[in-house]
Amino acid sequence: MKKEKGRNKISRRTFIGYTASLGAVAGMSTILPPYAFAGFNERDILEPSGVDNVLDLTISEFPIEIDGKKTTAIGINGSVPGPLIRLKEGEDVLLRVTNNLDEDTSIHWHGILLPFNMDGVPGVSFEGIKPGETFEYKYPVEQNGTYWYHSHSGLQEQLGHYGPMIIDPAGKDPVEYDREYPVILGDWTFESPYKVLAKLKKQDGYYNYQQRTLGEFFKDAKEDGFGKAMKDYLAFGKMRMSATDLADITGEAYTYLMNGRGPDSNWNALFKKGEKIRLRFINAATASQFDVRIPGLKMTVVQADGQNVKPITIDEFRIGIAETYDVIVEPKEEKPFTIFAESMDRSGYARGTLAPRDGMEAAVPELRPRPKRSMKDMGMKMDMAGMDMDGNMDNMEGMDHGNMNMDHGNMNHGDMMMPVKVADPVEHGPDRHGIGAAAIADYQFDRLDEPGIGLGNDGRKVLVYRDLKSLKPNIDEREPQRDVELHLTGNMERYMWSFDGKQFYEVDGPIEFKHNERLRLTLVNDTMMEHPIHLHGMWMEMENGNGIYNPRKHTLLLQPAQRISARVTPLDKGPWAFHCHILYHMDMGMFRVVKVVDKLTEV
Amino acid sequence: MKNNNNLKAHLFLQTMKFRLTLCIRNLNAFAGALALLILLVSGRALAQTAPPFSNDMFMDNKTFTFLIFDRLEYSSINGPDPLVLDAQGWIGKDFHKFWFKIEGDAQTTEKEGEMEIQGLYSRGISSYFDFQAGLRYDMSYNAKDNNSRGFAVIGIQGLAPYLFEVDGSVQFSQDGDISASFEGELDLLVTQRIIAQPRFTTNLALQEVEEWGVGSGINDIQLGFRLRYEIRREFAPYIGISWNRQLGQTADLAREEGGEASNFGLVGGVRMWF
Repeated sequence: MKKEKGRNKISRRTFIGYTASLGAVAGMSTILPPYAFAGFNERDILEPSGVDNVLDLTISEFPIEIDGKKTTAIGINGSVPGPLIRLKEGEDVLLRVTNNLDEDTSIHWHGILLPFNMDGVPGVSFEGIKPGETFEYKYPVEQNGTYWYHSHSGLQEQLGHYGPMIIDPAGKDPVEYDREYPVILGDWTFESPYKVLAKLKKQDGYYNYQQRTLGEFFKDAKEDGFGKAMKDYLAFGKMRMSATDLADITGEAYTYLMNGRGPDSNWNALFKKGEKIRLRFINAATASQFDVRIPGLKMTVVQADGQNVKPITIDEFRIGIAETYDVIVEPKEEKPFTIFAESMDRSGYARGTLAPRDGMEAAVPELRPRPKRSMKDMGMKMDMAGMDMDGNMDNMEGMDHGNMNMDHGNMNHGDMMMPVKVADPVEHGPDRHGIGAAAIADYQFDRLDEPGIGLGNDGRKVLVYRDLKSLKPNIDEREPQRDVELHLTGNMERYMWSFDGKQFYEVDGPIEFKHNERLRLTLVNDTMMEHPIHLHGMWMEMENGNGIYNPRKHTLLLQPAQRISARVTPLDKGPWAFHCHILYHMDMGMFRVVKVVDKLTEV
Repeated sequence: MKNNNNLKAHLFLQTMKFRLTLCIRNLNAFAGALALLILLVSGRALAQTAPPFSNDMFMDNKTFTFLIFDRLEYSSINGPDPLVLDAQGWIGKDFHKFWFKIEGDAQTTEKEGEMEIQGLYSRGISSYFDFQAGLRYDMSYNAKDNNSRGFAVIGIQGLAPYLFEVDGSVQFSQDGDISASFEGELDLLVTQRIIAQPRFTTNLALQEVEEWGVGSGINDIQLGFRLRYEIRREFAPYIGISWNRQLGQTADLAREEGGEASNFGLVGGVRMWF
């Protein structure tokens, strides 16, 4: 009943069917999801039906084409990405997943709060889905926003086993828009991901063809002076680190995808002049962070990780793996705009076109030069005057910013929001995490006002974590009663990844969170790479100085030598996965089980 | 056909499952109040059990293998023009490996050559270094006779600060002679694919072992400089120069044998790994 009503309800959004353009591309391929074609509309969406609100999904292996090159994928319902699943807040759903592979599979509903046994992590929440079996995921949908789903088995995610999930709010959507598109970013390799991993194990810089060369040294020496350049190169050499270690796997192996299409295949999103278009960006890549911009258009961020945020208008944002950002754009001209998602290491890009008519394209920007790591990324206090100043200025700005918002909060919510001045940088403790950790960040920085490496220095306004303010205040106003601190560690040379220097296989039990407690989870990145850290089953309210409006995140992208904390209220009991969302890092041990229990085990 | 049947069977099962679900639903209606009670008491993870804790889900403790032919080359050294093989590899986990090394040369102008083979247990002792211990076996042949001897070896191999690949070891021969070797090399990127590699090797011995041409003290120093082009990371042809200087007693022994104490040559070869 409820369902029928929903179906017949005439949406206030105007969906315009571009049937002609659909027809034009229909013959081209059947392996892209319908929304990857122009004119994505309600017919292309998978919605649950029947009394039980059932939706069927099938996992199988099938041939696909990426930019004209034939290859084989493992995916959902025969397309990469999988179908757009559209649910409604407040309903119970039954998602039946059938495994047609000859290996185990699973689907994890990323960012969805549900009973632990529906979370879809083999070995943690359930036993996985065996070949030929159907698993029934049944859970109440109690949230809304942009999410996604993907395999949590082996390296299947790299092979195309991911898709978008949009949950419409039960009430009025605070975000106004006329048209919407999911924009799913991905990375595709024609090599077996297992071979990719084996190569990284043998030579960590295997895919990096943007390393510093003698030529670059002479260039740097010319620009910065010989002494300074030498000092910088020697500092990295001494640490046995690479200043160009930005991505383990690069454009050398990857074709970057937007809705399953390579840059040559130009995904099209159609619009009419004057419309408000909601783009739901999802980073479903396995090892690539992206920097997204649409030259000629401002973007207004309205949602992050499925949670509405106070609108903030920007030119560019970095999207960590597994994060989602919803933005509103309003093209005022009848012309095409390039949606440009540059890989963080600048070795390639995914792109699509926001176009008034199908088949149009706009100029594709040049890739910007590959940035390089700084002393700060290595967790050192900088003695290079320029950088030091930058750092301090950032932090000071942050401080002001934070306090301002705190005051704002104070006015509304009494004394809940006393600003706590946190030292920045924080010094590392005596534990160096053993030999599994090649380095530690002697100094850990707040970095909430830094957009990240290679960004923010070209006049564009780039989103920073400090900007994210929840639209609605968080419910749990308690101060944290307990602290849990975890360090992100690794050894690039041996290609080992871990928390606190311990790979997952070395750990003999879960990290316990107490049911209903208010906890501060502090994450410290001791490595000099970015890591998107994902906590299943509960929100991380990132402490970014916005008090009661701290944003709720399911994935936090940690910059090198960054120290971030989040408040957590564990509401759903049971075991939950907690890991780095770089697929290869998770598989090399950067993984933990968090168990929500009634009573903490005494130690 | 078979697939079709499978599909039918599968659909049938699905239908049954669905009916069963409905059936259970009706039953559940009776137990509704009870269920609600349980829900309120225990949260929504109703009597569901999780799999027992396991840390064996990923490839973080997996065995990997590696084999590299660092030098597979021809030298144009005045006279002997040797072919050189320098290979090593491992099989194992991050901090526990079986490591083997093979180094040998054979002269193309005369029937003469030698080869050393090592089999080592390699244990990670720091982020960048392994301690290695095992056995080494040397063989040599020339027109007159064949010769061989065994050693026990301990050593350290890894990546030193400033990115030097180093390998140092001490050998104890079956006759009680003690010797040591050191090797260091560095990769310098000229471009992304052209890589210059300076290389330094030295051997020293405590006792003289005449039949092996080994004097006591520093035996020799070898300096090399190779320039490779990585067609792929795994496959790189190279050219270079190599200078080998024998010292002290070792040099004397070489001269007695009618050889040179100092050799300079051009080298060409291929570096590849799997």
